[in-house]
Amino acid sequence: MKDFEPKIIGFLCTWCSYAGADLAGTSRIQYPSNIRIIRVMCSGRVNPMFVVNALQQGADGVLIGGCHPGDCHYQHGNYQARRRITMMKKLLEFLGIEPDRVRMTWVSAAEGRKFAQVIEEVTEDIRKLGPMKQVRRKNEW
Amino acid sequence: MKIGVYVCECGSNIADTVDTEEVADSVKLLPNVAVSRVYKYKCSDPGQELIRQDIEEFGLDKVVVAACSPSMHEPTFRAVLEDKGLNPYCLEMVNIREQCSWVHADKDKGTDKAVSLVKGAVMRSELMEPLDRKKVGVISKALVIGGGIAGIQAALDIANSGFQVTLVEKKSTIGGKMAQLDKTFPTLDCSQCILSPKMVDVGRHPNITLYANSEVKQVDGYIGNFKVKIKRNPRYVIEDKCTLCDDCVPVCPVIVHDEYNENLSPRKAIYIANPQAVPASYIINPDNCLGIEPLICSKCRDVCGPEAIDFDMREEIIEDEFGAIVVATGYETYPIENIGEYGYGTIQDVISGLEFERILAANGPTAGLVRRPSDGRIPQTVIFIHCAGSRDPAKNLSYCSKICCMYATKHALQYKHHVHSGLAVNFYIDIRTGGKDYEEFYKRAAEEENVIFIRGKVSEVLQDGDRILIKGVNTLTAETIEMHADMVVLATGIQPSEGTKEISNLLKLSRDMSGFVKEAHPKLKPVETSISGVYIAGTVSGPKDIPDVVSHAGRAAIRSINILAQKELEVEATIAKVNDVLCRGCGMCVDSCPYGAIELKAIDRYGYTFEIADVNAAVCKGCGTCAATCLNGAIDQLGYTDSQILSLIKALADE
Ligand code: FES
Repeated sequence: MKDFEPKIIGFLCTWCSYAGADLAGTSRIQYPSNIRIIRVMCSGRVNPMFVVNALQQGADGVLIGGCHPGDCHYQHGNYQARRRITMMKKLLEFLGIEPDRVRMTWVSAAEGRKFAQVIEEVTEDIRKLGPMKQVRRKNEW
Repeated sequence: MKIGVYVCECGSNIADTVDTEEVADSVKLLPNVAVSRVYKYKCSDPGQELIRQDIEEFGLDKVVVAACSPSMHEPTFRAVLEDKGLNPYCLEMVNIREQCSWVHADKDKGTDKAVSLVKGAVMRSELMEPLDRKKVGVISKALVIGGGIAGIQAALDIANSGFQVTLVEKKSTIGGKMAQLDKTFPTLDCSQCILSPKMVDVGRHPNITLYANSEVKQVDGYIGNFKVKIKRNPRYVIEDKCTLCDDCVPVCPVIVHDEYNENLSPRKAIYIANPQAVPASYIINPDNCLGIEPLICSKCRDVCGPEAIDFDMREEIIEDEFGAIVVATGYETYPIENIGEYGYGTIQDVISGLEFERILAANGPTAGLVRRPSDGRIPQTVIFIHCAGSRDPAKNLSYCSKICCMYATKHALQYKHHVHSGLAVNFYIDIRTGGKDYEEFYKRAAEEENVIFIRGKVSEVLQDGDRILIKGVNTLTAETIEMHADMVVLATGIQPSEGTKEISNLLKLSRDMSGFVKEAHPKLKPVETSISGVYIAGTVSGPKDIPDVVSHAGRAAIRSINILAQKELEVEATIAKVNDVLCRGCGMCVDSCPYGAIELKAIDRYGYTFEIADVNAAVCKGCGTCAATCLNGAIDQLGYTDSQILSLIKALADE
């Protein structure tokens, strides 16, 4: 289990979290390479289905990053995202998937260091949880 | 389909920690990739030229550039595509610098990540479609709602840039609260003297149409094309004919309270709000007048030489169109009768800050002499209580009203200037003097002019004979205080005005917890709102002092001019799109949209009438929240479609 490298998909809103990730880059702050980032306009764009789909396709964890509460570029997209993700975690639990595989976080465009830290944490957490159990149905009978 | 992939080395910035050749090779064999190359500086001129050549040579229809963050060079490469007649939205950028090479020192891991990101981009680009930025025409006229200092400033700034402005004010004159002030801090210059030239400019400006005594009743449309209905209430006095001779006033038999003097003096049913009023004309208040009916009373009409009085005036609805709207509906003072312990409303000599302002004013109820309302005596001790209503989350306003520390200090100073032997005591929670020369002003009052400041909270104000007894506590020494005064002035906090509530409901502007209109961004978009083309100026978005209001209004004007100066506006291309067949008309997207861009519309199909969602392209800002809400997958965001994101997920999750 030592060498398990989790695959993590991150949905970042372009205005805050994605910009925060860019700042981590321009400040050359190192963090684990397990994260694969998908840029969306707002964290409100993240359909819970994307999260389930990512876990189903082989990701071991999912991170959703948005602007801090009250700072969403589109008024309240991040609140809607938070509501949906909270609901979806309940559903995951029901399905027998550890809800901690999904995490929502607020990173502003000025928080490069925080972004790197979040990635460290998420990677460690998911590593501890181990690989995702396959939920894809096998087409063999 | 032919896709061109370009991996940039960015000198050594990327190439040091990512094996660019391997990245380029990894996608070479994918079915739709026509060409995949590495280049040292992709954003350089020859780098761009290479893409142009390839577009021609290979007939590329999609381009993937793996380089720096899209925030750096997405516009550059989009322009390259456009040069060659490709749609700019057929470009996909992969961030392998800021989010890969610069943050992962391990070359193998960095390369791995870059490979999967580029593969994902290729898969996504297969699903990309050309998008067009729609254009809407612009009506180059602005509407300013509210004629206080903010509205005046915004209207003048827009009008001086050569655009037509309509200014709508509910009251009979523009000028707002600033016209009621005697002097302004920290310069102690006379408020009217600096305001009235601006008011006169508004009245005379060839580009400004002023509707006083009028209200905005309906607003439809969107940025560049607002359709507005304005109700003009009758004045019963013809503005152009009135010569301000004042002959009508003595004969009017009705006496009521004068709002301009905060009800401290009388006025007639026919009156002029103040001598500097713009429009400069008298007005009959129909609620006060005996009936706007010459049979009952027509005394004013009988004496009016120029025949300016017209009892037959009726309200009028004006319909007009505007490209931009500035909302400057301002504030009102907090109803301090709510604070029972201060005795306002039951003790006559406990007055509000605005009332004291009128008492100080030379054109006020006491002709500028400081007299107390109950018996007209000159008070020898005046207590000023700060934060009356503000900073009290338990019972009153939770926020700091920002201006009260300064105006209470100013009041104390002005009182000392009027009554040299008098004693001025200020009770404060904290003194907040954030503003140019404000601290110096406070120091001057406390150190040079003997105004007493006590850090303390007043718990009770009681009538004691003909004096007032104040009980409180000094929060520095923890001693209780009892003190007599002849008059108490409450530094009243401010809250959103009625007009602010009405107009924000009308325009569907979001408001914050305190009821003020919310800015699109608290720092970087202080005058923009959730609705494009609608801007806010002044205290409509929160407490501000006059210099802040003036600069705020100036920016609101500039943002309006940004729109008015264009013939056509390009609207966002990556907007929401409804699939008519899948939509069931549940309306969840309608509720989720922060901008009110989605409406349900009825359509006819198979002989039935259905309701389905309809997106207004000019209003949608492309956040995609609706797409994540729809249970049927019937609404999607162009440029970030579900299928594009799912293909990315597939590529990234399953390498
Ligand atoms: S734009 Fe960042 S969360 Fe909405």
